Amino acid sequence: MENTMKSVSQGEHHHHHHNTDAVDVFGFWIYILSDCILFATLFAGYAVLHNNTFGGPSLRELFSLPYVLGETLFLLASSFTYGLAMIAMYGKKRGQVVGWLCLTFLLGLSFVVMEVNEFVHLYAEGHGWQASAAMSSFFTLVGTHGLHVSLGLLWMAITIFQVARYEVTPAMSRRLTYLGLFWHFLDIVWIFLFTIVYLMGAV
Amino acid sequence: MSDYDVATQYGTGRKTIRAYVTGLVLSLVLTFLAFGLVEMSGVPQNLAFIGLTTLAVLQLITQVVFFLRMNASKEGQWNLMPFIFILFIILILVFGTLWIMYNLNYNNMMS
Repeated sequence: MENTMKSVSQGEHHHHHHNTDAVDVFGFWIYILSDCILFATLFAGYAVLHNNTFGGPSLRELFSLPYVLGETLFLLASSFTYGLAMIAMYGKKRGQVVGWLCLTFLLGLSFVVMEVNEFVHLYAEGHGWQASAAMSSFFTLVGTHGLHVSLGLLWMAITIFQVARYEVTPAMSRRLTYLGLFWHFLDIVWIFLFTIVYLMGAV
Repeated sequence: MSDYDVATQYGTGRKTIRAYVTGLVLSLVLTFLAFGLVEMSGVPQNLAFIGLTTLAVLQLITQVVFFLRMNASKEGQWNLMPFIFILFIILILVFGTLWIMYNLNYNNMMS
């Protein structure tokens, strides 16, 4: 960041470009951290309300742990394949970038489909978000994460299109860095969802 | 500038296949350990909670180091410092909420 100031004042064109990017990426990192606060409040809400089931079954009776483990593995694998897409991008191998991004998209989509399926079953069996405070906080917390992943998928679809259509430019490399930060961040949030909501709920 | 090392820009550690594979393997091991801990019967409840918390924190560190490639280098500190600050805020937020709500609940039951 100190270098930024130096080279901007020196007016070196190439430097200038790279270092402005560095400030932009830092800004995106600040956004990610503020999103952490959003999830922290939802986790706090869940922690307070998860026992208030209003006479309904406790959350542990509604979950299938092996099913959720499957979701976890899909998301974890997608974080890994995104990393491979980044490495392909550094090597300027455009075909590989598209390939890895498509695989990441499919893994992320599998995660979302499994989650929606879980939600639909819960709702159909009368354990919707209106059933109790516990279910409300559960759907808000897990649903907000699912919404983030879904928007990430939309973003990724657009990025795949761009990479496939155009060259890997510095601008493209920066966009892929943003999406990478977002995607790894969602995987990290899911670790805590999996641990606190599902695993600790089942203990 | 053509040989500028793009894989290390933005203050992150170098992104290598080795780092991602290490991250994946460690994450998988930690996930299965956590899952096994819950599926295994006969683990005392408080021990299970401590174990799960430890595994989650280790998993957090694994993914931050090997996937996000955060580090304590001079450039990397720009990313690291706000991250530590946010962790601090989250701890205050979550434990503060639980503390207050527990007390409210306790006091309401008294009346």
